[in-house]
Formats: sequence, C-alpha cells, structure tokens
Amino acid sequence: MLKETTFRGGVHPPDSKSATREKPTRTLKLPSKVVLPLSQHIGAPLEVCVAVGSEVKVGTVIAKPTGFVSIPLHSTISGRVKAIGEALHPTGVRLPAVEIEGDGEDKWEEPATDGKKYSDLTPDELKECIRNAGIVGLGGAAFPTHVKLSPPPGKPIDMFIVNGAECEPYLTSDFRQMLERSKDLIVGIKIVQRILGSEKVLIAVERNKPEAIEVMDRLCREALNYEVVPLKTKYPQGGEKQLIQALTGRQVPSGGLPMDVGCMVHNVSTLLAIYDAVTAGKPLVEKVVTLAGEACANPGNYKVRVGALVEDILKEVEGGIPETLGKIIMGGPMMGIALPSLNVPILKGTNGLVLLAEPVPLSLHRQCIRCGRCVDSCPIRLLPCELAVFAEHQLWDKCREYSVKDCIECGACGYTCPAKRNLVQLIRFGKYTVMSQDRKKEKK
Amino acid sequence: MDATTEEKTNLLKVSSSPHILTEESIPGIMLAVVVALIPAFLGAVYFFGWKALLLTILAVGSTVGAEYCCQKVKGTPVTVNDFSAVVTGLLLAFNLPSNAPWWMAVVGGVFAIVIVKQIFGGLGYNIWNPALAARAFLLASWPTIMVSSTDFPPPRGGWLAGVKLDGITQATPLQLIKNNIAPLLKDPGAYTAEQVNAARVALEKMTGSESWLALFWGRIGGVLGETSAALLILGAVFLLVKGYIDWRVPLGYLGTVALLAWIFGGPEGYFTGDVFFHLLSGGLILGAFFMATDMVTSPVTRKGKWIFAVGCGLLTMLIRLKGGYPEGVSYAILLMNTATPMIDMYTRPKIYGGK
Repeated sequence: MLKETTFRGGVHPPDSKSATREKPTRTLKLPSKVVLPLSQHIGAPLEVCVAVGSEVKVGTVIAKPTGFVSIPLHSTISGRVKAIGEALHPTGVRLPAVEIEGDGEDKWEEPATDGKKYSDLTPDELKECIRNAGIVGLGGAAFPTHVKLSPPPGKPIDMFIVNGAECEPYLTSDFRQMLERSKDLIVGIKIVQRILGSEKVLIAVERNKPEAIEVMDRLCREALNYEVVPLKTKYPQGGEKQLIQALTGRQVPSGGLPMDVGCMVHNVSTLLAIYDAVTAGKPLVEKVVTLAGEACANPGNYKVRVGALVEDILKEVEGGIPETLGKIIMGGPMMGIALPSLNVPILKGTNGLVLLAEPVPLSLHRQCIRCGRCVDSCPIRLLPCELAVFAEHQLWDKCREYSVKDCIECGACGYTCPAKRNLVQLIRFGKYTVMSQDRKKEKK
Repeated sequence: MDATTEEKTNLLKVSSSPHILTEESIPGIMLAVVVALIPAFLGAVYFFGWKALLLTILAVGSTVGAEYCCQKVKGTPVTVNDFSAVVTGLLLAFNLPSNAPWWMAVVGGVFAIVIVKQIFGGLGYNIWNPALAARAFLLASWPTIMVSSTDFPPPRGGWLAGVKLDGITQATPLQLIKNNIAPLLKDPGAYTAEQVNAARVALEKMTGSESWLALFWGRIGGVLGETSAALLILGAVFLLVKGYIDWRVPLGYLGTVALLAWIFGGPEGYFTGDVFFHLLSGGLILGAFFMATDMVTSPVTRKGKWIFAVGCGLLTMLIRLKGGYPEGVSYAILLMNTATPMIDMYTRPKIYGGK
C-alpha cells in the first residue's frame, strides 16, 4: 500500500528538474588529468603510497587508510603520478592532493573479487570489500560506508531506509540511476540487508519522481518486506532525520545517530557503488553528476571520473565557460558550495554542478521583521532568526541554549527569509565556534 | 589555465548557501497589505467623503516623510522603499475619526514613525505597533476630538447628508450603549426628552433587524477604518490565502472574543451575549486582521501566537465589559505587544530529537 507521509517544516523551492530528468545518463570522455585530494571524507587522513612518476592504473591504491574511519584512495585514470603536493579544494583552501596525468588508455587493475556471490560472503567480508573499494556515503556527507554499516552491538537496525528522495532542486542523478539501474539497486539493497540483518526495507522516493516510484514498486512487489513509500515533495525531505521522522514517526535524539532509533539510511548511489564493488570488484572511481542551471546550455546527467577538473568538464559539455555564468555550485543550490574557481576537482561526494547566472544582489539584505517564516520552515524546530542574531553578536552561551549544534544547515530558513538575511552563514558561524569551544573543553 | 578561464574565474561570485532564495520580499509583503486595505479605504471615502481621502493622504505623507527625515538625520540608509511606513500611515488614518483636524494625521504620523519605530531601531525593532501606539497617544492627548465623531455616515446614495445627534457625545455603538443608553435605561428620569428620544433613535438604529448587518456593511459611525467589516474582511481573506498573515492570530483573537462575549456579554445573565455585535464593532475586525497580525510586534513561535491572540481577546473583553473605555482593542493589542518578547522566550518549541 502506498501512503504519503511528510515531516514538519520545510519549504517548496521550484524543483527545476525538468531540464535533466528525461535525458539518459551520458558518459564523458576520459579526462587527460585528475587531481585527487586526500581528504574527500570525514575520518583519519590518508598516507600516500605512490611516488612522483609511478605508473598507475584505474583502481591502483595511491593512498592508504590510517585508521578504522578511513578508506583507501584509488587512481581514477591510468597514467603516471605527476605531482604530490597541494591543490585547490572546492572549499577554496589548498589541501594535500595527488595529480595524475592520463595516458588516454583507461587501463584497469584486476578486479578485487574472487567470483563469489554476495550471498556466500559473510557480513564482515562484505564490509571489507566495501572498504577496499573506497566507498563513502554518496548522498553528500561522504562518510565511510563500512563504518556506518558497523553499528555497535547494542544498536540493532530494524528499519533500513533507502534514500531516493533527492530533494535538492536541479539534481536528478539518483532519479536517473533508479530508472536506469533499478535491478542493480535491488541487489545493492540485498547486500546491505545481509550486512545489517534488518527485516524491513523502506524505499523512500519523493512524489515528483512518479516513474521511479513505479519502477521500484514493480520490482518490490514480490518481496513482502520491501515497501516503496512515496513522500510529499518538500525540501529537505532527503535529510536522514526528516526521512526517519516521515517514514517511522521516530526522532533521532539530539546529538545522536539514526541507529539510536533502530534506523539506517543509505543513498541510492551508495547502494549502486556497493553493488559494483561486491559483484564486480569495482572501486569508487566514477560518479554520475547532474549538470544544470540557467547558465547551462546542455543540462543533463553525466558520468565523470572522480578527480576530473570542473573546468575540463565544462569544456567538454558546454564547449567552454558559459558567458552568463555568475556562480557555480558544487552540489545542490540549497546546501552546495559556491566554487571560487573552475580549477577544482570533482570529489567522491559530488552530485551536481549547478551553473547559475547573476545571484541576488547584496543590497536587498534587510533586518529581521520577525515574520516567523524561518521558524515555520525549520525541520529541526529551531528559531533561526534568534540564532542568527546571537551568532552575529557572539553570544555563544545563548547559541548553545537555543540548540545551535542541532542545525542541519539545510538552508530552508535562508531560502524563505523575505529580508534575505544570511541566516545559514550566521548560524554556521555560531555552530562551529560552539563546537570548537566544546571540543577544546573536552580535551582539558 | 588559459586567459579566458582566468578572467572568468575572477568573476565567479562566492557566497554561503542557500544559493536560491524565495521571491518574497519585505516590500512585496508590505504592498500586499496596502492592497488588502484598499477596499476598506475606498469604503471610508464612500462613507465619509473627501475628508477621509485628505486624512489618509496626510497620514501616509507624514509617516513616509518622517521616516525619510529621521533616517537622513540618523545617517542610516533610507528605507522608505520597503513600504512599511505607507502601511503605518494607512492604518493610522483608519484610526482617526472623519472630522479629525488635518494636523492630527500629521502629528500622529510623526509620532508613530519617530517615537514608536525609528527610535527603537526602525523596522523590526519596535516593540509596539506604531499605528496603534499613535492612536493611544492621540486619544490621551486630544480625547474629545478622538471620541466625538458626531457624524453618522450618510445613508447609501446620499453623500453629504448626515445624521447628527445633538447634545450627546458618542462615536460608536459600543460607546452609545455604554455611556448613553445603559444609564438612560437605568434612570430615564435624569435626562431631557430630546436626549431620551435621540437615544431611542440610536438604539433603534442598532437593535433593529439590520443592526449588526449595518455594522457589517458599514453604515454606523466610527473612525475611518472601523466601519465596514465586509471590506476589511475582503482584504484580510486575500492576505490569509496568500499566506501574508498567520491565521492563528485572527482566529484566536476573534474566537476568544466570541466566546467571552457569548458568556459574559449579555445584559441578562450568562450565555446571552450578542456575539456578532461584539465581533463587528469597536475596531475588532481591523485590529484582529491588520493590527494584531503585525509580524514585528507579535510572537515568532506558533504557540506564542496563540497565547498572544487569546490574550488580546481576553484583554479586549475585560476592557469593554469592566474597564473605563468603551473599546478595548487598541489597548489590548498594545499590552500584548509589550508581552511579546517574554512570550517568545517561554514558548520555544521542543526541537527535533529534543528531550
């Protein structure tokens, strides 16, 4: 039975998906060079294990993990290591990275699989496989997946949720993958189900993707414990806390994790990467990225190699840098980062490149009129207008009192503010200051 | 990187997420309120004539002018283009009786903007509703003028004819009942025959079969904005449907007044009150839909809005039934405006995942 549910709060930005949702995914040409930052995910830093001049193939491990919460980094093209140093990261900072110059031949390492079917592998073996493939959460947070799949013994997962919500405007990569690789997705789900041992699987898809709902529903008809749940199209429905609330009514405790309420959420693309790793021994070296936006002449979904430079991608897809480009966002327009330069690489967690024309001029920014739209839209029930003022005046204790650490930075408040205040920027300032103060206090 | 990329990179704009914003803006919201007030404005001009037009123009002119001058003197950016001063001017005009002298509109406008709004920091920082605070100021300073609107609006079709009731100072049905009819009914011997007659005429006007309908369509005396509930409600519906005002405040306010009016408002004991009469008179419709819903001076939280609305209703009925003034809307709202920061502090919602 397909019932519709939702969470409290949220906003309705225009979904802007019509330009890309009908187009099949296209694979781009092999890039002539890639830049692979060593920090593409949360966790311990990696140790480079190649030297300048080393020959590498696709899948060669170029940096090794140094802790449990860490995964290997693979070369995403075949060629030679050109440089090991610092390169511009999408966030604007220069960070350690490895640059590889391609030989144009796309030579791959031997697949790391011994032909065993996934159902013959133990959960630990499956997790090892996932770790070795360098898989992180591909919904945006990029957390090492094998760690997420290892909840401590006291936290059983009775509700495994597949996140097909894709609530950010413009982005359709998950949608296209659900249509184009639905059978692979089901196997990916089965693999994770085997690891977690959970009975019930909920596949969440927003209502603006009826074709995906239909495809998944058809495939799940035989499996009694798989349920496809259509969700009201509202931003940020794809946030895991909101998904859990909408689907199960449970709330992840403040400061806690979904496993604390017996849930775990995995993005559709992550599950497909798991499928590729377990069935074909393929590491995470490619991503489907949605290219869209009003300054984009050829919007669509493109399969790109991780590490390819944004500049090179634009040259291939758009034939150069679009004239009207005013702002380019890596990710979606609600939570993505505005790139300071086109000379930055695609990361493992990149889902979209949104090319916008002129952004909102700063002169429209006014003071808070206490209208309460931000309060109504906040999915965590915070008071964004108050938090922003506290952060602006550096009242850190007030920030703590008003739960600034619980902000998920979804941008719903900033989107809906008629005074065009930079609410998220101010709240982020408060949040990270408070977090760093608390970390220092803990160390003492 | 080639030269073109270098140039273009230098022109990329970088700012914090979110990168798309709603089309709604403060001027947009204010203009919507102005549009919503136009039917009532046209009604005021129809019922009261050119004086209504003049007072409105003067009020809006002085609020906008005062804001411009004040901001220039303060050295802060001039923000009259957000139309909030226009809204204040309109609402102030709606609080003036039609025979108010021209300078009252100007003094009220300057007071509303300079004292109640700009001195506190401008839009968003004022604690009290500027138009209502100005009305309270004018009422305290020039009570006889504010209260003595001796014109009844002329019957439909007759534009200059007015009905004057000599010798009795009254403005609104509530005042009439409270000050003139109730004592008269209690002690008719103390009054002259003309007074008794005039009161009877007035009472007939109000308790006749169309008494509250008259209030609804706007044929009973009052200040400019208090006469036609129909026209005000028309504007209010527009604002509600478009989401420019929160429905909780008018519902809570009117609901509370209706309930209390029913229980306590009747002259013959409990549960006999005339609910429609209380709802449609004394500027309640204007207050509930256009004054209490002012975002700056009302709470930001949902629970807070309900408390605010019920508080307004309670205070309004308390003042009407037990207080010295015949009409309690302005003071009720001003008192709840005062409580708003505290209400916000105590009605913080429980956060997602909170204990």
